[in-house]
Amino acid sequence: MLDLSQYSSIGAALREAMQAFAGEVCLIEADRERENHRLTYREFAERAAALAKALQDGGFGAGERASIIMTNQSKWLISAYAIFNCGGVLVPLDYKLTAEQQWGLLRHSGAAMLITEYAIWRQLAAAAEGRAACGDLRLVLVTETPAKAELAGALRWEEYRADGTPAFVGRERGDLASIVYSSGTGGQPKGCMMTHENYLEQCVALTSLYPFWPGVRYLSILPTNHAIDFMVGFFGPFVCGAAVVHLRTLRPEFVREAFAKYKITYVSLVPLVLKNLQKGLLARFAELSGGKRRVFDLLVEVNKWLTKRRPRPGLSRRLLPQVHSAFGGELLTIIVGGAFTEPQTLQFFYDLGIPVANGYGLTEAGTAITVNDLKPFRADTVGKPLPGMEVRIVNADSAGIGEVHVRSKTVMAGYLNEPELTANTIVDGWLRTGDLGHFDAQGHLHLAGRKKNMIVTEEGKNIYPEDIEGAFESLPVKELCVFAADYIWPRGSMVGEQLVLVVHLEAGQNFTDELRQQMVERNNRLLNYKRVHGLVLVAEDFPRNASQKVLREKLREQLATLERASAVQPL
Amino acid sequence: MTRTLEQTTQEVLELAANHFKVAPGTLAPGDDFFRKLGINSLQALELLSRLENHFSIELPDYEMQGVSDFQTLAERIQSRL
Repeated sequence: MLDLSQYSSIGAALREAMQAFAGEVCLIEADRERENHRLTYREFAERAAALAKALQDGGFGAGERASIIMTNQSKWLISAYAIFNCGGVLVPLDYKLTAEQQWGLLRHSGAAMLITEYAIWRQLAAAAEGRAACGDLRLVLVTETPAKAELAGALRWEEYRADGTPAFVGRERGDLASIVYSSGTGGQPKGCMMTHENYLEQCVALTSLYPFWPGVRYLSILPTNHAIDFMVGFFGPFVCGAAVVHLRTLRPEFVREAFAKYKITYVSLVPLVLKNLQKGLLARFAELSGGKRRVFDLLVEVNKWLTKRRPRPGLSRRLLPQVHSAFGGELLTIIVGGAFTEPQTLQFFYDLGIPVANGYGLTEAGTAITVNDLKPFRADTVGKPLPGMEVRIVNADSAGIGEVHVRSKTVMAGYLNEPELTANTIVDGWLRTGDLGHFDAQGHLHLAGRKKNMIVTEEGKNIYPEDIEGAFESLPVKELCVFAADYIWPRGSMVGEQLVLVVHLEAGQNFTDELRQQMVERNNRLLNYKRVHGLVLVAEDFPRNASQKVLREKLREQLATLERASAVQPL
Repeated sequence: MTRTLEQTTQEVLELAANHFKVAPGTLAPGDDFFRKLGINSLQALELLSRLENHFSIELPDYEMQGVSDFQTLAERIQSRL
């Protein structure tokens, strides 16, 4: 691994990596059974240089913002390196957002350039209003455009190249490296301004626990615009000479094949996918005949005993070859992110000899704050603070639970164009996470809930209850409100979070089957992960301020006096 | 066999209803399949695989980005038949 203390920017470190590991494979892109690309660091650098030179010839300069909206593929990383080489600021956006949302963020970020794929551009170009409002955008490059397709003013990525060596534009550690969006209430974009220092420091901390080296292969499944994949699926492996494998399909059957075909070492997943893998394995175990099953269960018990203090991958592979061969035989760790995972699922994989690196992080904190260090494995916590992270619990109650605050060189510079929000979020250098937790005697952090009225789903999606209320508007009731159930009645856990609909009927109104049916219908119109799971009927008026706005905090306090089990009925 | 877009759309609706076990005829071309069927992204991929087998075509995941209604899905399939 490069000594990152020697470099002042992502671009400078990557540039050094291109030379230091020139002959190693850095990137494999596959689509189903076909391999599209297999690039060495030298080849990767050559491709990026042709793009960087063309960008520089076109006037793209230091500090300018360039957005990437792409699925995980080789051109994502080549484009990002070219942007950093030019001293640009990267704005990675979620390809799953709607065209209107993407245009909104492009405008908010002040992007001068966009690099995207044809299928995404087709949707963006059709949303003419959003584009018209995006005055700063002067260049759009589109990959994989069919031969005769109309490009609506954009240029083909594959043809946008120039001969010659691009000038390397250096940046300082405190300069802006990227703007990463995290979701906020009411669709309000929160652009986290990340500096080069944030990334360099986070990379040192993470690789101290989960190292990469030439020969390691990371399977990139989480979207690269996500802070986790950007770090462990691009910057981290690249500065260590490792390789990243991109799949153009996420169909489970091809993902399964990829583990064995590419001898994957690390992979990052959201809890939903991890649980799906668990389900698949359990189904396979259930097919074993009585005798074989007993032998298998015994071997799992032996593995559990042998790996009690630390993982022993070689031993686990020999004991349980049928499980490990399904994962390619070289998998060291599954990194799980985006949301929290049930301890039983984590333990299930660990017992089979596959550690899951669960942790806790926020984009605002530069991704990870705590990570399970596997010394020994603990399924019941989110691990210990990473090196360089100061974590404190503020305003702790009698059980030691309080708000988690973080201070570190990895904490963002602030929210773009939001000085007030920034000032409320980072106070005296400490990032207020809005999450509740406590430390145990071994220094492991346990999370106990949120200070904010929100939930995070198993797919890693942040849901704000206020944004759901519109779906129930104009129901024939006096008033209604949506809450995160755990925000009212904390359970001391952050998995399986659910929303509840709080309803106050008109005086004398009965709760009829017809009304319930209307609620169910409205609920079913929501995307499945946004649906409410419970109903609370209250008899009193909601507390409101002078301008008739519901005082949510006060309402929450009133609801908290009720018994959860009897107050919430399923919807 | 040559199919019209209407036939393709009808087959998509029937396959989706069958795969997710909803009553035939309850799905309409303009329906958002995530909302109507209450499915997540993994389940949507399952449906794509099922459709690929049925129509003997390949539907790249990345070309399906942003497609959430049966009608557009059928159009993308039709263009590959």
